[in-house]
Amino acid sequence: MRKTLFDSLIHPPFTERLVPVPDPELARMAAALDAGSRRRLGRSLAIRMVDSGSCNACELELNALGNPFYDLERFGLRIVASPRHADVLLVTGPVTRNMAQALLRTHEAMPAPKWVVAAGDCATCGGIFADSPACLGGAAAVLPVDMHIPGCPPTPTQLLAGLVALMSRSP
Amino acid sequence: MTAVATASWVETTALLADGALTLLGLWGEPDRVHMAVAEAANAAAIRLLTLPCPLGRYPSVGRLHASAIRLERAAADLWGLEPEGLPDTRPWLDHSAPDYAFLPVEGDNLHEVPVGPVHAGIIEPGHFRFTADGETVVRLEARLGYCHKGIERLLQGASLATGARLAGRCSGDSTVAYALAFAQAAEAALGYVPPPRAVWLRALMAELERLANHLGDVGAICNDAAFAIMLANCSVLREGVLREAAATFGHRLMMDRVVPGGVALDLDAAGLARIVALAAETRRRFRPLIALYEKTASLQDRTVGTGFLKPSLAEAFGAGGFIGRASGRRCDARRWPGYAPYPDLDFEVPVLTDGDVHGRLWVRVLEIEQSLRLIEQIAGRLPPGAIRTETPERGATAEGMALVEGFRGDILVWLRLEADGRIGRCHLRDPSWFQWPLLEAVIEGNIIADFPLCNKSFNCSYSGADL
Repeated sequence: MRKTLFDSLIHPPFTERLVPVPDPELARMAAALDAGSRRRLGRSLAIRMVDSGSCNACELELNALGNPFYDLERFGLRIVASPRHADVLLVTGPVTRNMAQALLRTHEAMPAPKWVVAAGDCATCGGIFADSPACLGGAAAVLPVDMHIPGCPPTPTQLLAGLVALMSRSP
Repeated sequence: MTAVATASWVETTALLADGALTLLGLWGEPDRVHMAVAEAANAAAIRLLTLPCPLGRYPSVGRLHASAIRLERAAADLWGLEPEGLPDTRPWLDHSAPDYAFLPVEGDNLHEVPVGPVHAGIIEPGHFRFTADGETVVRLEARLGYCHKGIERLLQGASLATGARLAGRCSGDSTVAYALAFAQAAEAALGYVPPPRAVWLRALMAELERLANHLGDVGAICNDAAFAIMLANCSVLREGVLREAAATFGHRLMMDRVVPGGVALDLDAAGLARIVALAAETRRRFRPLIALYEKTASLQDRTVGTGFLKPSLAEAFGAGGFIGRASGRRCDARRWPGYAPYPDLDFEVPVLTDGDVHGRLWVRVLEIEQSLRLIEQIAGRLPPGAIRTETPERGATAEGMALVEGFRGDILVWLRLEADGRIGRCHLRDPSWFQWPLLEAVIEGNIIADFPLCNKSFNCSYSGADL
């Protein structure tokens, strides 16, 4: 244990600088958030994540955001357990019929003001499952979506760029 | 398709109940039901039974053999097939009914703790209904199906290319294994084989996927015992594998890289050299982490003896992967029945009898070394040549089946191609079907606080089993 801890003291951190991904679509969506929203969000975002029926690839990449390379908490981004503590509802998956009610209830449980981010192609538009009778076809079918982060799945870099763009001050 | 008589179906059910056969899958169509079984003593002896049911009914297998219960409930929801004699007739994937009757639990001083489908972390949705006596879990009943996306419905009438993409999105963490199983089933149906180089590249991707998932799991299991340093270090190693996958195969999870007839892209000498270096580096950095696990008594205090799975239950359910192998079950589809190129490669299948969280973690630790060895062997012996064979036109209905070892166990894919080359019906059976019910058994007598640990040590797929 001591050796492992000592190693981490003498070696440089794994954490990387965030290289902004030039994405006009992201910039447009971020700009669409009014100044008031940005002031309220400030430099910290509490995120409640809900899987509305994804294949779990998006969850793998969201979990990767917590690894030492991306270390999302340094940006003031926190994944929270309760919707009561959340500013942002981060949705993955095509919104299956079986998850629609739980997703809506989670959104209802969040205090206003609140924002919805659809992460991944499925949450953005239903993705490959768009035509399935068991799915409603993306988060926008049931919730007002403020930002879409495309990708199948989106890479941690794409996810981070999107979430950081939500906040008033980029790193 | 060879149809069997009802008598043969019932006889097979009895053999399953006796333990002479292992259930590999059970799935339906509107007018027939299929069942795949293997001999318990010889996993390579696989039989497929198709029972016509013009009246929409068939004799239930689940009434005598519990591992078929959820498969039959799912087939009832999806295809309207009624399993005659099945004691549990509640819907499984169909959540449209307003109320779901959880099984009653009777006794003094019991209380219920409902959890999910929305959980506290970044995790898939599922509902767990605990009944506890104080802190001790008396009964757990899971309700799944929240991820039901109608994959098998979408597969009907789809082209092979779309089918491969859908199969690769059944369970994202096993995208390579699913795409491989789908491709092998399609190739079996059409009677063609991919070029040797493609077969070896597929195995290389499959082992990289297994390595990344096992590394992630070892870290995450320790983290659920509040030992966060393992998660941090293992996630660095996992990220290294994903980044190499992105650099060489163009996608971090290698989605859509395995296609019917071969693989979508080749690997150059530089990429090969990087992968060999990655294997050596991963081995070098993983070793001290395992030493750390072995030396930390407070961590092992949580994992040893927790969530014990009886070997007899693992056997009865035909549980694959690290769950079965940690409870003494000799199983690994790469060896039994086996598929190319694994018979040409040297690797061990670790089987333990611990049966607890520690055992399931330790099987992963041992398999990480085996995957590293396999990666090195494949890289050293990768045959030259083409990477894809053109898909032939058959012009007649054809069926194919494949069993592929994903990181969490054996994935079964069965498909029927119509004369026009489109998919008539395709069934994808996740290993989790036979693992989820066992989680309910292992948590009994443990405390609720140990559930995350037990659950992570199982790491069943919600999406894969919900279809």
